[in-house]
Amino acid sequence: MNILETLGRLARESGFAAFFAAGGWKNLIMIAVACVLLYLGIKKKFEPLLLVGIAFGVLLTNLPGSGLYHMEMWDAFLDPASAHYHSYSYILTEGGLLDILYIGVKTGLYPSLIFLGVGAMTDFGPLLSNPRSLLLGASAQLGVFLAFFGAVCLGFTGPEAASIGIIGGADGPTALFLTNKLAPHLLGPIAIAAYSYMALIPMIQPPLMRALTTEKERSVKMEQTREVSKTEKILFPIVVATFVILLIPSTAPLIGCLMFGNLLRECGVTERLNDTAQNALMNIVTLFLGISVGATTVADRFLTIKTLGIVLLGLIAFSFSTVGGLLVGKLMYKLSGGKINPLIGSAGVSAVPMAARVSQVEGQRANPSNFLLMHAMGPNVAGVIGSAIAAGFLLALFG
Amino acid sequence: MKDIEIGGASVYALLGYAAVFFGLVMLMVVVMLLGRIMVSAKRREAAKAAALPAEPAVPAKEAPRALPAKGTGGEILLHDVPEREAAMVMAVVAHRLQKPLNELRFKSIREVKDK
Repeated sequence: MNILETLGRLARESGFAAFFAAGGWKNLIMIAVACVLLYLGIKKKFEPLLLVGIAFGVLLTNLPGSGLYHMEMWDAFLDPASAHYHSYSYILTEGGLLDILYIGVKTGLYPSLIFLGVGAMTDFGPLLSNPRSLLLGASAQLGVFLAFFGAVCLGFTGPEAASIGIIGGADGPTALFLTNKLAPHLLGPIAIAAYSYMALIPMIQPPLMRALTTEKERSVKMEQTREVSKTEKILFPIVVATFVILLIPSTAPLIGCLMFGNLLRECGVTERLNDTAQNALMNIVTLFLGISVGATTVADRFLTIKTLGIVLLGLIAFSFSTVGGLLVGKLMYKLSGGKINPLIGSAGVSAVPMAARVSQVEGQRANPSNFLLMHAMGPNVAGVIGSAIAAGFLLALFG
Repeated sequence: MKDIEIGGASVYALLGYAAVFFGLVMLMVVVMLLGRIMVSAKRREAAKAAALPAEPAVPAKEAPRALPAKGTGGEILLHDVPEREAAMVMAVVAHRLQKPLNELRFKSIREVKDK
């Protein structure tokens, strides 16, 4: 046995050698991106539950030779001319660990289960006591459609533009669900843009809020809303699921799971299921979702001009969604004779509850005795329903 | 429908935004109706309860006395002292003695009036 030859072969086959091969520098850049995301998640606490998982997925998939995720297998899976077209057995037998976990994203399972958990965690009481806040949830979808239009102008196809636009809904699971159906090749950049901007809400929204509202408007103290009965809370998920799914059937997986989770919370007889939905199940799915979405950011596909376009359009989508909510908030301020604080409009983007917290902070900055949190929760949860409807519309159009 | 013209995209964008508004406005109407039905049902129940003839008064059984919570010193008698002021007095005493409130027992607090 030639020891030197063996050592040489080991060196050539190691992942380190791959960094010096053609295109190896791209992997190094992606590893640096993973480290930045890990820093933001761990040190800056930006959406850490998802960002840490995504970042670690980025790291693992870009370590040459790790063999955890195979983009070429998923290309074959999506290619109608391939022998492995839509063959999960091919993925299960030949794929790596992250390929197998990614099946949950591919089938749309993880986003729907996340919605189940979100439903179990959400109190729709503020929305029920003030149903007008649904208008703010609708208006804050402005960025979705503006970014969709902008993406078409930049040369993206219709399905790609729809997937980019939905970043403006500020709803990670909805963005993943729609992108997976319409433009799975863009899943990595869209997921990273969506979750990064959601984490940056406390920085993106306040300047827009201050620019579009006056000190007087921001100081408005809103009146206590009416108390909502238990029966109403139980009926709400049943009514919403029936009504919205009949209206836009393609929203069924998201709205169905969201409302099922909420019914488990409110009905009062499924405490164990409610607890599992909002804790154990949510944590497990978040874990798998984060790492498998991160795994899709393979250097060759991620480091493109398209990714930069997506990041830019995502920011536009987020900002205009905030503006849409604020403008309708201002309109409601005028129509109500100054009883509605327009700041709750920005909470219409669905990032729950961070957007509502930002409204509270800005309201209290203008008037220290102002408590907007519960008022802002109405538009905030309305935004979840609104972004699901927007996704359903785009899916019906391009799916 | 993969490729889409800019003109078509603007129409779809407007249509989509309108569809979201339509869906949520309809939902708002449904939720408002649901709320009205619930509120009126509650009012009817309250009115029905008020309209019932008053039952002859039955001497109420004496409610079992609640046991004091663990760590508290039992009941306290207040003589011409509002509860709010009594709470302040107890807090001041606990602070002065440097003892937690639940390790002290107050039997009664009486206002000393000027004669």
